Amino acid sequence: MTDSNDPMAEIRASFFIECEELLEALQDGLQALDEGATDSETINVVFRAVHSIKGGAGAFGLEALVRFAHRFETALDEVRAGRMSPDGNALKLFFQCADHLSDLVRVSRDAGPLPEDETGKLLAQLDTLLGDEGGSAGEEEAEEDIDFQPATLSFDLDLGGDEDTDLPPLDIEPIGEESKSKFLIKFKPESELFETGNEPFHMLRTLDSMGECIFTCHTENLPALDELSPESSYLYWTVELIADVEIAEITSAFEFVEGLCVLEITQDADVSQTSETDAEVLSDTPVDSLSDSLDIEPETPDPAPQQVVETEAEEKKPAPEAAAPLAEKDVKTAQKAAPPAAPAKSVVRVDLDRIERLVNLVGELVINQAMLSQSLESSGLSPHSDAMNGLEEFQRLTRDIQDSVMMIRAQPVKSLFQRMSRIVREASAAVGKDVRLITDGEGTEVDKTVIERLADPLTHMIRNAVDHGLESSEDRIAAGKPAQGRVNLTAAHRSGRVVIEVSDDGGGINRPKVLQIATDKGLIAPDANLSETEIDNLLFLPGFSTATVVSDLSGRGVGMDVVRTAIQALGGRITISSTPGSGTTFSISLPLTLAVLDGMVVQVADETLVLPLNVVIETLTLSKNDVEMVRPGAHVVRVRSGFVPLFDLGKELGYRAPIEDYEGSVVLLIAHEDEGRAAIIIDSIQDQRQVVIKGLDDSFYRAPGIAAATILGDGQIALILDTSDIISNAIGSPGAPQSQNLAGLSA
Amino acid sequence: MTEKESHTTLELLTFRLADQEYSLDIMSVREIRGWTRTTPLPHAPSYMKGVINLRGTVLPVMDLSQRLGLAPREHTDRNVIIVVNHNDIMTGLLVDAVSDIIALTADDLQPPPEMQSQSGANVVSSLTLIDERMIRVLDLSSIITEVQSTAA
Repeated sequence: MTDSNDPMAEIRASFFIECEELLEALQDGLQALDEGATDSETINVVFRAVHSIKGGAGAFGLEALVRFAHRFETALDEVRAGRMSPDGNALKLFFQCADHLSDLVRVSRDAGPLPEDETGKLLAQLDTLLGDEGGSAGEEEAEEDIDFQPATLSFDLDLGGDEDTDLPPLDIEPIGEESKSKFLIKFKPESELFETGNEPFHMLRTLDSMGECIFTCHTENLPALDELSPESSYLYWTVELIADVEIAEITSAFEFVEGLCVLEITQDADVSQTSETDAEVLSDTPVDSLSDSLDIEPETPDPAPQQVVETEAEEKKPAPEAAAPLAEKDVKTAQKAAPPAAPAKSVVRVDLDRIERLVNLVGELVINQAMLSQSLESSGLSPHSDAMNGLEEFQRLTRDIQDSVMMIRAQPVKSLFQRMSRIVREASAAVGKDVRLITDGEGTEVDKTVIERLADPLTHMIRNAVDHGLESSEDRIAAGKPAQGRVNLTAAHRSGRVVIEVSDDGGGINRPKVLQIATDKGLIAPDANLSETEIDNLLFLPGFSTATVVSDLSGRGVGMDVVRTAIQALGGRITISSTPGSGTTFSISLPLTLAVLDGMVVQVADETLVLPLNVVIETLTLSKNDVEMVRPGAHVVRVRSGFVPLFDLGKELGYRAPIEDYEGSVVLLIAHEDEGRAAIIIDSIQDQRQVVIKGLDDSFYRAPGIAAATILGDGQIALILDTSDIISNAIGSPGAPQSQNLAGLSA
Repeated sequence: MTEKESHTTLELLTFRLADQEYSLDIMSVREIRGWTRTTPLPHAPSYMKGVINLRGTVLPVMDLSQRLGLAPREHTDRNVIIVVNHNDIMTGLLVDAVSDIIALTADDLQPPPEMQSQSGANVVSSLTLIDERMIRVLDLSSIITEVQSTAA
């Protein structure tokens, strides 16, 4: 890593990573509430997530984020305290707030312009909501004990089975009286407090503004000058405050230094042993907590970059955390406090670059192993020799390592699905439909890159489902369906591929209308006789859009053809199925990884080439009567009842002159995007196997029809073909059948 | 190596192309490899020989003599590929044979006389004389940049 060594930047980066997780937890919690969960833990999770984001944001001075999170938190607190029920409207607003919060987090991270209008609007709505419920908006007036517990949990890592879990009971008397009370506050900053740029003076001044204060600074811990460490904290203060405030208000003055100080607040009582309400609540005595925090001395010269950041583990002691970077200190107390939740998985966060490097190395290992086995085999060793046996074991291990490494890049599709639930909310609001998104298989793991590149096509499909797929509520009721439309989003592993389905329970594809539009737009011949599947597939034609009115949502000229192109670029396939009256299902089938490819290795004009196996429909050997000439230079193959355009791969790649006699040639029937199928002539098929994809540096020459390259067992490079590109180029070249004809021919 | 002088010393890798001597700044040279068969790229310009496997990465190779407009030549086992790095782009340059590494100062270099020429107009940045032999110093950036524009 060549990151800057600015510890602040690292902490900041890890804060935003935490935010992503917290936002995910927030979404989960809201989702659970939406599904009828009423247990306090769910509400607590939601509250804590928002609270932790606020806390972290405060530390980085992200004002807008703090402001919004604070108000959001206040509203959630009402729910938590049981003063407000999370019914439909409130929940809807909470979802919007969660979406907005994630926007704000992103904006804050990228230092983009703040969406002030949206913030204002939502805050006003929150105020209205709180006003309705009689809560005092904008005031943190929760009861002491409730208010503090989440604070200690700031970075909500679930740590199962922690020994320190027994929270000291926070038996502060409920505060009801409005009269002035006397508080005794002990405030002992830890050295971290100063390192994060906080200033005790501001907090003391805040206290001063609340009422009558008597401040005492205690210096007895100060060592002799020669023992004094300039980076340690020795001073502490006690404050006698007489004011008409609640403890929550006092603690809010120390909100941003939670976990960075020892804070004891006592009300109307003697100074000695009372409740500890410091952020380090869990430690039994302040001394203890102090020593804890010193365990992870920030002074430790350990600018470990972010790859190790998150270390969730059971039974974690503070000391091993020395490996974690500075950011961890905010997390520390949280870890100790985490309630015994679901058994935590041990997670390590690793820099993506390192994984990439590992993937590349394993790719080389695979190639190297293939080369080694080839040379051993050609050396004429007996297949029972030790070397050959060892080789076999080596091959198996290599395959296992390859699989395991690919698994590292895999991520659950959950984050993607959560984005989609936001899309559904926004899309349904935009078109005024009541839509519910039901997801399944969120834990299905797919290559990270696949997930990233799936977001756009999936967004488009979800919008389509909401906008075009589902009928309006009135139509639904008329058709005897529930008024609320449903969109299902599922993911599952199926025979080495990932299948993602988007289905709706709408009216299904209106085939006569689709046919009509396709005919009107000249996409198909007026007299074409298409099967139902073929009609459905017309949706994938470029320039096709069934929306009679170009709606705000879809129909921006980005059609399903773009979706299909994106899916194909990922090595996937997309299919449609639809039942009139009961809905449409789009099914995307994707490879598990982009780093390897199931390929067919073929030979053309002495060159070895690889075709993605998923485009090859079937292989044929031509006989005399199979090939017909449409006109000189343009031939078609008769495949059963249809005609498929024929291309000579050797000629198209410029490797040789076109062959004259087609008899006996090996032909691959290739699925081609819009025109259905094409047949390409090759010399011979060599093999069918997984190949490691190597990017071609196309910075100074981009070869047409070539997608990437791979390295064969003999160390030679073989090019991986982009068949769509080759066929499109061939169609564009003079003498080839035109695409218009092709559409008719292949139909 | 010659004695260090006050002038900055320049080290050049000299090689032969069609019986002429050329050279490149050694700082841009990464390694020298023996000739291996290249995998041709379809529809590439004639000087693009194709790609080779350089320890697991795909390295494009161009025939430098064709790139400079010299006559295409038969490849022999003595041919080598000079792997150069220019602006983080690695390229292989196929040359007839590598001759020597020479050290000289900027004073030893002369600008090439103004002349009309066809392809490879500005690829020779300067000339120098070593033992009465003229050595052409190639400007790597123009060799590679012009390819980029051709391909665009």
